[in-house]
Amino acid sequence: MSLLDKLLYFSSSVEKTADNYVAITDENRSWERMYRKRWQHDKVVRSTHGVNCTGSCSWKIFVKNGLVTWETQQTDYPRTRPGMPNHEPRGCPRGASYSWYLYSANRVKYPMIRGELFNAYKEAKNRLSDPVKAWESVVTDVVISKKYKAARGLGGFVRAEWDEVNEIIAVANIYTIKKYGPDRVVGFSPIPAMSMVSYAAGTRYLSLIGGTVLSFYDFYCDLPPASPQTWGEQTDVPESADWYNSSYLMLWGSNVPLTRTPDSPFYTQVRYKGTKSVVIAPDYSDAVKFADLWIKPRQGTDAALGMAMGHVILKEFYLNKKIPYFERYARQFTDLPFLVKIEEKDGKYLGGALLRASDMENNLDAGDNAEWKPVLVDEVSGSYVVPNGTIGSRWEKKQKWNLELKDSKTGAAISPVLSIIDNHDAVISVQFPYFGGETFKHEHFSASGHKDILERKIPVRRLKTKDGEVYTCTVFDMMLANYGIDRGFEDPNAAKSYDDNLPFTPKWQEQITGVPSQHIISTAMQFAENAAATEGKSMIIIGAGVNHWYHTDMIYRSAINMLVLCGCIGQSGGGWSHYVGQEKLRPQTGWLPLAFGLDWTRPPRQMNTTSFMYLHTDQWRYEKVKLTELLSPLANKQEWEKLSIVDCNVRAERMGWLPSSPQLERNPLQIAREAELAGVPPSEYVVSQLQTGKLALASEDPDEPANYPRNLFVWRSNLLGSSAKGMEYFMKHLLGAQNSIQGKDLKEMDQPLPLEVKWHDDAPEGKLDLLVSLDFRMSTTGLHSDILLPAASWYEKNDLSTSDMHPFIHPFSKAVDPVWESRADWDIFKGIAEKFSQLVEGHLGNETDVVLLPLQHDTPMELSGTTDAIDWKRSGKEIKPGVNFSKIVTVKRNYPLTFKRFTSLGPLMKTIGNGGKGIDWNTEAELTLLAHLNSTVSEEGETKGLPRIDTDIHAAEVILSLAPETNGEVAVKAWKALEAITGLHHVHLAQSRADEKIRYRDLLSQPRKIITSPIWSGIDSETVSYNAGYTNVHELIPWRTLTGRQSLYQDHPWMLAFGENMVTYKPPIDTKSIAAVLNKLDDGEEYMVINMMTPHNKWTIHSSWSDNLVMLTLGRGGPVVWMSETDANTIKLKDNDWVEVFNINGATVARLIVSQRIPVGALIMYHNQERTVNMPISQLTGNRGGVHNSVERLCLKPTNMIGGYAQLAYGFNYYGPVGSNRDEFVVVRKMTKVEWKDQEIVD
Amino acid sequence: MKIQAQIGMVLNLDKCIGCHTCSVTCKNVWTTRKGVEYAWFNNVETKPGQGYPTSWEDQDKWKGGWVLDKSRLRPRMGNKPTIMKNIFSNPFLPQIDDYYEPFTFNYNILHSSARFATPPSAKPHSMITGLPMEKIEKGPNWEDNLGGTFEERSKETNFDDLDKEMYAKFENVFMMYLPRLCEHCLNPTCVAACPSGAIYKRSEDGIVLIDQDRCRGWRQCVSACPYKKIYFNWKTKRSEKCTLCYPKIENGEPTICSETCVGRIRYIGVLLYDADKIKQAASAVETTDLYQNHLDLFLDPHSPDVIREAKRQGIPDNFMEAAQNSPVYKMAIDWKVAFPLHPEYRTLPMVWYTPPLSPIQEQIESGKIGSNGIIPDVEMLRIPLKYLANIFTAGDEKPIKEALVKMLAMRAFMRIKTVENRTDDSILQGTGLSPAMVEDMYRYMAIADFEDRFVIPTSHREYAYDAFGDKAECGFTDGEGCGSTESRLKNLFGGM
Repeated sequence: MSLLDKLLYFSSSVEKTADNYVAITDENRSWERMYRKRWQHDKVVRSTHGVNCTGSCSWKIFVKNGLVTWETQQTDYPRTRPGMPNHEPRGCPRGASYSWYLYSANRVKYPMIRGELFNAYKEAKNRLSDPVKAWESVVTDVVISKKYKAARGLGGFVRAEWDEVNEIIAVANIYTIKKYGPDRVVGFSPIPAMSMVSYAAGTRYLSLIGGTVLSFYDFYCDLPPASPQTWGEQTDVPESADWYNSSYLMLWGSNVPLTRTPDSPFYTQVRYKGTKSVVIAPDYSDAVKFADLWIKPRQGTDAALGMAMGHVILKEFYLNKKIPYFERYARQFTDLPFLVKIEEKDGKYLGGALLRASDMENNLDAGDNAEWKPVLVDEVSGSYVVPNGTIGSRWEKKQKWNLELKDSKTGAAISPVLSIIDNHDAVISVQFPYFGGETFKHEHFSASGHKDILERKIPVRRLKTKDGEVYTCTVFDMMLANYGIDRGFEDPNAAKSYDDNLPFTPKWQEQITGVPSQHIISTAMQFAENAAATEGKSMIIIGAGVNHWYHTDMIYRSAINMLVLCGCIGQSGGGWSHYVGQEKLRPQTGWLPLAFGLDWTRPPRQMNTTSFMYLHTDQWRYEKVKLTELLSPLANKQEWEKLSIVDCNVRAERMGWLPSSPQLERNPLQIAREAELAGVPPSEYVVSQLQTGKLALASEDPDEPANYPRNLFVWRSNLLGSSAKGMEYFMKHLLGAQNSIQGKDLKEMDQPLPLEVKWHDDAPEGKLDLLVSLDFRMSTTGLHSDILLPAASWYEKNDLSTSDMHPFIHPFSKAVDPVWESRADWDIFKGIAEKFSQLVEGHLGNETDVVLLPLQHDTPMELSGTTDAIDWKRSGKEIKPGVNFSKIVTVKRNYPLTFKRFTSLGPLMKTIGNGGKGIDWNTEAELTLLAHLNSTVSEEGETKGLPRIDTDIHAAEVILSLAPETNGEVAVKAWKALEAITGLHHVHLAQSRADEKIRYRDLLSQPRKIITSPIWSGIDSETVSYNAGYTNVHELIPWRTLTGRQSLYQDHPWMLAFGENMVTYKPPIDTKSIAAVLNKLDDGEEYMVINMMTPHNKWTIHSSWSDNLVMLTLGRGGPVVWMSETDANTIKLKDNDWVEVFNINGATVARLIVSQRIPVGALIMYHNQERTVNMPISQLTGNRGGVHNSVERLCLKPTNMIGGYAQLAYGFNYYGPVGSNRDEFVVVRKMTKVEWKDQEIVD
Repeated sequence: MKIQAQIGMVLNLDKCIGCHTCSVTCKNVWTTRKGVEYAWFNNVETKPGQGYPTSWEDQDKWKGGWVLDKSRLRPRMGNKPTIMKNIFSNPFLPQIDDYYEPFTFNYNILHSSARFATPPSAKPHSMITGLPMEKIEKGPNWEDNLGGTFEERSKETNFDDLDKEMYAKFENVFMMYLPRLCEHCLNPTCVAACPSGAIYKRSEDGIVLIDQDRCRGWRQCVSACPYKKIYFNWKTKRSEKCTLCYPKIENGEPTICSETCVGRIRYIGVLLYDADKIKQAASAVETTDLYQNHLDLFLDPHSPDVIREAKRQGIPDNFMEAAQNSPVYKMAIDWKVAFPLHPEYRTLPMVWYTPPLSPIQEQIESGKIGSNGIIPDVEMLRIPLKYLANIFTAGDEKPIKEALVKMLAMRAFMRIKTVENRTDDSILQGTGLSPAMVEDMYRYMAIADFEDRFVIPTSHREYAYDAFGDKAECGFTDGEGCGSTESRLKNLFGGM
C-alpha cells in the first residue's frame, strides 16, 4: 500500500442511510485493478476440441503473454431462426479444462522411443549401414525383438530427434511392404469428423503406400446395425435443434445432459413448449432429472419394453382405430405392404424371403434385376406389382428409383395393400421363434414360461410362382402376428387383452423388465396420439445405454418400429435420434479423396476393425459363445452346429461380404509379380490360385507369421487404453506385453476348434514389429508404443470439425504454434512420407499391388450373387470377383513419389471425378479453384501443375472446395446427378446457395451453416431443422434398401437362421466369463457376481481428460465404480473402498461409489478411466490394474457379417460386426491390500 | 428513500444439467493459483447432499449469517466485541478437511526413462504437503450425482420435517443441482464481521468485494458468511471470494459462470432497491416473512416516481433502462418463479433460484391425466415441496408451489398451442398468470436469447475520472495507469 492510499483512507467521508444501518464511504478502490489485470488478455482465437464427443463446439482460446491461459465458449454462432433457441454457448466442463493439457506434466513434448529398440537399431545400423537392413536385423533377431516387445508399457522411453524417429518408421514400413506386403502396414484413427484434416494426414499416407486403414464406428459399437438394416444408412439423425420441434420426447438409454452436454438445452427448454419427456433408464441418470416419467427396466431388456409398446401402437392405432396419416405413411414409406413367401418345412409354416418379380412367371415383366424387385399387391388394379423405388430399379438407372406410388412397369398410379385380411385365401398357423423362455434364459435375467416356438395365425393368399404354389402374406400381416395381436382368428397365442401373459403384451414384459404394464400402455398411447396429432412429431433419442448390448439391433428395431408405425421418420420434430459417436463428417465427399488418396489410386484398403482385432488379438482362440446358443429354434441346426463365430467371419470374407486384412496369405506385390510371370492378369491369377487352393485369405490362418499385421500407426486415438475391447488380449498377442488374461484357449479347454481357421498350439505373442502413436498426452497407448510422437494440441493446429448435432462447420486454429517439439498431424505424416520416399529408393519403385475390394454398398455390387449365402470354397462354386467374391483390382504404386503425391492433388479427380452414395459428378471447376487457392506445384515431374497440399490449411481448402456441403456449385451438380437416377426435381434444395463457397478463413470469423446435399437425407434450410429421412419423405428419394422403403422385414437367409427377420426380444448373451475364476477367491471371501455397465463418464470424453487434474478434482480423483447401497451392503462394501473387478478376461481396480441412484444388480464402471492415473496393482494378477476393457472381450454377431445384399452390404464404418460390451459379468470384491509397485527397476 | 442499484442473478435450477462448466471456467480465470487450489468461487452441488464445504448449511455448527437477538439483528457468531475477542482463535472456522485436501499426481513417472515391473501409474500427491496420498478421501464435488450413502447425504439440514426413511428408497430417489457463488447480499454478514473494514459493497452495482490491500487475513468473514463463499488464500494470507467478475460486468458482459453456462440457466440484470429499508427487512420476527420482506425492498423500475427519484439520486439512464428490462426483476419479482437461497440467514442474498420440476412420484399412475393434460400436476412431482421450501423460503411451501404451478401451467398452455394450434386460457385459471405473461415467461425461460438473459449496463467511468487522460494512459503501470487516478470513489456515477 502506498502512502497516498493510506492518506486517502484517513480522509474518507461517510454517508449513512436513514437508520444509520448502511454507511456509504468514500475510499480508494484502486486495488480493484488486481482482478481486472487478471482478466486482461492479449488475443482470442477460435478453436475446438477433437474428441468424438459430437460436441464440435466453438471456443474462444485466450492467449496472454504468449501462453494459452484459458478458454470459454463462443457465443456467436449464426442464429437458428425466430421462435427457436440459439446454439450458444455450446461446450462442457471437459472442453473448458482442456488448456490444462498444454503445459502440463503429462504433455508429450519430444519424440520418444523405446530405449531397447533404439539401441538395437543404432547398433545394427552402425554394423550394416543400410537402414532397411538394420531394421530387418532387429525384427528378425528373436531375442532382441522379444526383448523390446516385452518391455512395452513398462517405461523406458528415451528422447530422440524427429529425423531419427522418422527414419525408423520409414524403414519399418519399407521392410514390411517388401517382405510381407503393404497391407501389413496398418493405421487406426477414429472419427474423422472431429478433426478431418488430421485424420486424413495418416490415412492419405497409408493409402498411398497401400496400407490398411481400420474402421472405428462399428468397433466402438457406436454403429447401430439396425440403421443400415432398416434404412441402408450408416446413421443419420436430427440435429439437436430439431428436438425443439418435437412434442413428445423419449430418451432411451441416452443420457443427454451428460453425453450431449452442449446440446442439452434444446431438450431441457422444449419442455416449456409443452413437450412431454419420458426417460427410459435403469438408473436415475442425469437425464431422469428432466423426465416427466421415469421408466426403469432391468438393464438389457429394453427390447421387451419396445415390443410391448409396439403391441399397443399396432393394436390401438392400426386395428381398433385407423389413423389416415399412419396408413398413408405405412403404404408409401415402409415395406409393410410387400409380400412375404411362407416357407413350408415338415408340414409347418414359417416366414421366408420377400416375394420378388423373379419368383413370378415371366419375371412379372419387370425388366432387369428382377430378383432385386420385391412385389406388393395394388389395391387399384388388384394385381401383383413392382413399385418404383426398389433396389433393382436403382441400378437399372431408368429414373424409376423414386417413391412415387407407381407401377414401375406401366407408370400407373398404385395404392399398396397393407393387409390382405379382406381378401385372403386361408388362415394358417405360422411359427415364430421365441427367445424369452427357458432355453435361452440367462442366469441373471428373468425369462417367461413360453415355448421356443410360437404358432400364430395369419391370413394368407395362395400364389403361383415358378417354384410352384406358395402362401404369401404382407409384412404387415406377419408383423401383427409377430407382436401377438389378436385378429379374430381364435388364436390362443394372440392376446385378447393387455393383461394376457403372451409375448409381446404389456403384461408379458412385466416379468422380463420389471416395468408396470400401465407405464407401457399409457406411454405408447401418448407417443402415438402425439404423432397422430402432429403428423409424426414424436421422437426417440436413443443411445449407447441400449446400443452397446450384443443384441442391440433387437432393441433398436423395436424402437424404430414404433417410430415408423407412427410416421415419425423423416418428419421434423420426430424420428430416431441415435447419438453415439461423432459420425457425421459433413463435407464427406470433399474429404474422401484427400483422406484416402483417391486422387492418385483407387481403391484404398479399408478394414472393419472388429473382425480385424478379433482375429489378430486372437480373441477367437478363447471364444466360448457357440452359434447354437444364438440360432433360431426354427433354423437348420446341422448346417450351423459345427461352425463357430470366427468361421462365420471367414466365410463372410470369402463371399466378399466383409473386407480382409491382411488380405491374402502372400505379399500382394509378390502375387502381381507371379501373375506377370504366369502371363495372366492378376485378377485371373488370384482366382485360379484361390480356386485350386494354392492361395487363401490371410484370415484363414491369422497366427501364421506371414499374416500378422506388422506396423501399426495410432493417432487421434487411445486405442489400447480406451478402445481395445479385450485389452488383455491386445497386450498379449498383438503387443507381446505384460497382460492379465485369466482364461484358457479352446484347445486347453478341450473345446472344438474352428473349422475355417487354422489352429496353432502356440499362440503368437507380439505380432506387431512397430507401434507408432501420436499424442499430446501420455496415454496407455503412448506408454505401450515403440515410438511416441508429440502431436500438436487442439489449440496449436489448423483443422475442420463437424457434428451431427448442429448444422455448422467450424475450425481448429492455432492460438500458439505447436509447443516444445510437437507438430501438427499433417506435418508429422508429411515428414514420414518424405523420409519414406527418400529411403525407399533402391528397395521399391514402380510396383503393382493386388487389392481386394468387398461387395460395396451403394455400388452395383450390392446386388451380389451370394443371396443363397453359400460360400464358393465349401460348395466348389466358381469364383466370380465382384459377384460372389471381392472385386480384385490392380493398383499401380510409385513408392519413391509418395511424398510428392502426398503434397499435391492428383490427376484422378480430373479423369474420374468425384461422388458418393451411388452418384458422381465432374469436379474440374473445383480443381481450377484449388489451383488458385493453394497455387500449383512448379517442380518438374508428374505433379507439376497440380494444386498443392503442403499445409493443413491447403488440405482444409481441398475438402471445402470439393464438397457439396461447403461449395454450393458442387451441391447443385450433385443434386443434378441424383435427378438423373430418380427422375424427380431436387436442385431447388441447393439453388439458393449455389454461389456460396465456404473457405477456411471464413470459418475463423464465424462458423458457417452447411449447404444441403444429396449425400445426406436431411436438409439445411431457413424453415426446417435438419432431420434424417426428410428427403426420403418429402423429396421421395428412396431409402437405399431392397424395397427402397424402410425395411422392417429382413429376409436374408442368415437373418432367418438367427430368428431376426422380424424384431423380437432376446435376453443378454451369456459370455461365460465367471465360472473359471471363482476358484481364485479365498474361502469365505465376500464377493458378488454382477452385470457391468460401462456408460460415458461425466468427467472425461472417453479416456481424454481422465488424466486432467481439473476433471479428476471434480470427480473422485481416478477410476471409480458405482454400485447400489443394497448390493454394497450385501458384501460389506463402503463408499470409497478399493475394490477389485475381474473375470476371465482380466482384472481392474477402482474405488467404489455407493449410490442410491443405482439399481440393484448393476455395477457401473465409467468406460475408459485411464490406468495411467491412480491405479494400484490388482491383487489377483499382481500387475497394474486394467481399464474397463480388461474385463471385456469382443464377441461378434453373425447377422452383422451379412453382405452383398442391398442395404446389408459392406461399407467402411457402415455395416459389419460391432464390438458390443454390455452383456459382460464381473466378480467384485473388496481389496485387502493396496500396492503400487512404482519403484524403478535398476538393471 | 435511498435508491441503490444492484446487479443480481437468477439461476433456473429446472434447466441446470449439473455439468460444472461454470465452476471450471470460473476456476480457470480466478483460482488456479497457489494458495487457492481448494477454492471454488463457483461450485455446483448435488442435492440432497451436504455440499462443499461439508454441511455448510448447518449454522448451528458454523454460526454464519445473522440472528435476531432480542429483536436486534446481530451476526450469529457474535456481536462485534465477541468477534474481536475471538480474533486469534475463531472457533467456527472450517478447516481444510471440511473442504478437501487438494491433490495432484506425479505424471512424470509416465514419461520416465526408468523401467518398472508393471506399467506405471501416477499416484496422488497432496498439494499442501507435497507427499504421496494413499487414498483420496474427499473433493469439492464428492457427492456428485448422489455419490455416497443416503445416510451421509441426508445429514443436510433441508431434510428437516421430512420422512427420511421413505426417501432413502431407490424408488423414491430424487436429485437436483445447486450451483453456488457469492450472493452479493444486501445485508452481508461478512462486511459486518471484518475487523479490518476491508469488505465493502460497491455503491454503483452492489458487488461485494474484499479489498486485497486492506485484508489482514483474520478470516472472520469466512465464518460470518453463511454460504461459506469466502476462502482464505494461504499464500497471500488474505481472504478472497467471487467478484461477480466485475472486470466483465463493468464492460456490460456477463460473468464467466453465466456466459459459459451450457444449460443457459443464468440471468443477470439490474434491480433497484431502497437501502433505507434493509435493516427492517432483515429483522422480520418470523423467518417465513423474510422472503416477502426481501421482495418488498425492490422498487418498480416502471414507476414514474421511482424513475424521477432515481434520476435525482444519480442513477444513470442506462442503469434505469437495464432495470426496466431486467430478466432478474421479471423472474424474481414480476413472476415470482425465482427465490433467494436460505432467506432465514437474513443476509438478503442477491442470487436467486428457480426451483426444479421433477419426474412424477413412483406411486402415481403414469396415465393419470390431471388439470394439465399429459403434463403432470404439481402434486405428482417427485421432489418434496417441503424440501425445496427448506432451501428457498425458510420452509414455507406456498410460494414454491405457486411457482411450480406456473411453470407447469406454462407447459400445458404451450402444449395446447403447439400441438393443437389453439389457446386455452382456462389452463391458467388460479395460477396468477395471464396469456401475455406466459408468452413472456416462455420467451425468457425457453428461447432465452443471450440479450434477454443478460441485460447489463456498462459502467460510467467517465463520470468518475479524467476519462480522456485515462484512455491515453491505460495499460501503463509505470505512471498512474488506467483508472489509477480513481480516488474518493463513493459513487462511480458522480454525486448522489
